[in-house]
Amino acid sequence: MFESKTGIFLVAGLGFFALAFLVMGLLPWLIYRGEPILTVDDMVQKGIVPEFVELAERFPKQFAQYFGKPDEKSFAAAIRRGHQLYVGEACWHCHSQQVRPVSNETLRWGPVSHAREYQNELQMPVLFGTRRVGPDLAREAGRRTNDWHIAHFFKPRAVAPLSVMPEYTWFFDANGVPNRDGMALITYMQWLGSWLDHYPYYQGEGPAGPGPAEKVNMRGI
Amino acid sequence: MASQAHAVPASESHEIRGLVDTRIVAFYLVTGLIFLLISMLAGFLFSMQFLQHYPLKGIALFSPGKWRLIHTNGVAYGFIANIFLGMMHWAIPRMTLRPVFDKRLSWFIYVAWQAIVLATVVGLLAGQAQALEWGETPIWVDPVAQLGLILVAINFLPPIIRAPGPMYVTNWYFIAALVWTPLVYAMGSFIPQYFFAGAPAGAIGGMFIHDLVGLFVTPLGWGMMYYSVPILLKKPVWSHGLSLIGFWGLAFFYPLTGIHHFLFSPIPMFLQYGAVISTIAIEFVVTTVIINFFMTLRGSGDMLRSNIPIRWYYVGMVNYFITCLQCSFQTTLTFQKIIHFTDWVVGHAHLVMFGVFGFWLIGFVVQILPRACGKAGWYSNSINEWVFWLTSSSMAVMFVDLMIAGLVQGYQWRDLAPWEASLKASTPFWLVRTVAGTAMIVAQFMFAYNIVKTLAAKPVAAGAAARPAAGGAQPGLAPA
Ligand code: HEC
Repeated sequence: MFESKTGIFLVAGLGFFALAFLVMGLLPWLIYRGEPILTVDDMVQKGIVPEFVELAERFPKQFAQYFGKPDEKSFAAAIRRGHQLYVGEACWHCHSQQVRPVSNETLRWGPVSHAREYQNELQMPVLFGTRRVGPDLAREAGRRTNDWHIAHFFKPRAVAPLSVMPEYTWFFDANGVPNRDGMALITYMQWLGSWLDHYPYYQGEGPAGPGPAEKVNMRGI
Repeated sequence: MASQAHAVPASESHEIRGLVDTRIVAFYLVTGLIFLLISMLAGFLFSMQFLQHYPLKGIALFSPGKWRLIHTNGVAYGFIANIFLGMMHWAIPRMTLRPVFDKRLSWFIYVAWQAIVLATVVGLLAGQAQALEWGETPIWVDPVAQLGLILVAINFLPPIIRAPGPMYVTNWYFIAALVWTPLVYAMGSFIPQYFFAGAPAGAIGGMFIHDLVGLFVTPLGWGMMYYSVPILLKKPVWSHGLSLIGFWGLAFFYPLTGIHHFLFSPIPMFLQYGAVISTIAIEFVVTTVIINFFMTLRGSGDMLRSNIPIRWYYVGMVNYFITCLQCSFQTTLTFQKIIHFTDWVVGHAHLVMFGVFGFWLIGFVVQILPRACGKAGWYSNSINEWVFWLTSSSMAVMFVDLMIAGLVQGYQWRDLAPWEASLKASTPFWLVRTVAGTAMIVAQFMFAYNIVKTLAAKPVAAGAAARPAAGGAQPGLAPA
């Protein structure tokens, strides 16, 4: 078997691969099978973040043109587009969306990420991330104001002098007002982590939220 | 030294019988190197962002993140895949004494594969990346690439299956890789996109990242080593038993390791432990393979000096041992606390993909390209020496640099330093990284120059020059 064609084809090739897939791939799926995969439309039923409404108030003309009224439907559209840009611009190669239970990450960002937070269509494929050039964004909602994000996306070094984040000037119109993509991305930022009962969490505020992730009661998820 | 590329005169006869399509080999090798240059330049561009001197600021098409995607995907699918395809076109007919399944299919695959890589670049620039690391190929490219990989297996498996008698080690690896690659690609590209979400998608994503290295690149790489090294050293591999252990150990443990990319994540912890243990087990397997190859080298150590391909191969093996050793530490939870998400991992990835497989592939090009093009030898061996020393020393600098950078970042994060403090501390390391990368790129351009000059030389006349007279016309040796 060890040197035969069938042995190598069937056992090493198909067999070992299938074994690994069953154990390391199918098993986690079976374990989490009870958790429904939510769509964006499901998730926005729990309400829209105030920052989205604020964008509509601050840039009424542009907002109306891009999104109409700030309701669940336009909110869902903004999140979807924001997520698309987050993936397409490879933000996820500089930012993670996963707070680990080690290395004081809970002190820096807030509650540990819970499996349930990822059971939705915007985590297909999942956006854990593998490199943090910039900080984790899983708890970004509400940490910064819209204005901060606007300044930051246009010129990160205006608000963080040592930043190495790219300038995303193409998310703005000629007057420096965020365009549709810019508003979508800001909305997505303001949404990340907004499903937690307690947010935002600021570094230095002491223990993260009400306790370990298991005890966190997540709004809508 | 000029004759080193011609150490295998005996096999010329296969070309005469038209088994090996040397033209397609040459096409694949050269195309692969062109993609290497493009991918490296993309990496250079992205690295400039870290120095706050991105040269093409404010242009959406040159968004740094997009070029980071082109960097990794270009390396995987443009450089590595292309040269491996050329390598198999060279090696499989020689080992099996049988042509590939269909030569027209070979050319169709060649053209289709370049179209797939270019479509990927276009898709990435258009912002259509798929959120799967190493597999950012847009979702509309995935089915086509999948089909391409299946065609590759259809083209290469028949000669191996049909050849009678016991199989040489290389072909174990080739069979396995030809089965695994389409499976891995299908698993990674479709399951987390359409079926699994969240943690289970992460488990699949981790497996994909790792299997792409472990079940596509690694087996083809080792298959190539088992093919080339004994030919150049003119002696068999030291221990057949160790070859067996190496192959079966890899086949069993490698697929089980993927989840180690997401430790401390919501993926069930017992599976994370399983992945850690499998990863450490791999290190033992790797050690047996390395011992086998170094015992093979024993007594021929002089070849490291005199033979450039052998040097690429063995330095690649040393790097392989280093990465795997590093891996067995960094996969532990202790190390993960600090080094996950840092530049340590980036250094590790570069040492594996370039320091090992890149080196092997470049070594293979040095070994084969002039022959595949019917040339007497390299235009300049001293350029090839320069390419080797410049590339390998800057690779070492980059690796050590990023490893230390990772530790600095990891400890600063843990110590809750302000984020910008870690950026400030990283800047010197990022500068060294860019300088080392630039040196690597310069080396590859020197290599390209050498290739252009070599190809411009007159082809070897039939039966003349360095090879023993094979007599008569050599249809397989038409200049590319
Ligand atoms: C080259 C790596 C890089 C890329 C690509 C990148 N970022 Fe950043 N990002 C950083 C760094 C470094 C910081 C920390 C310094 C700062 O605040 O600018 C940061 C900070 C941030 C912050 C502030 C977090 C906080 O609360 O302190 C947000 C939000 C953010 N990035 C979003 C994004 C988005 C969205 C994208 C994609 C459009 C993106 N980043 C792309 C490196 C990057």
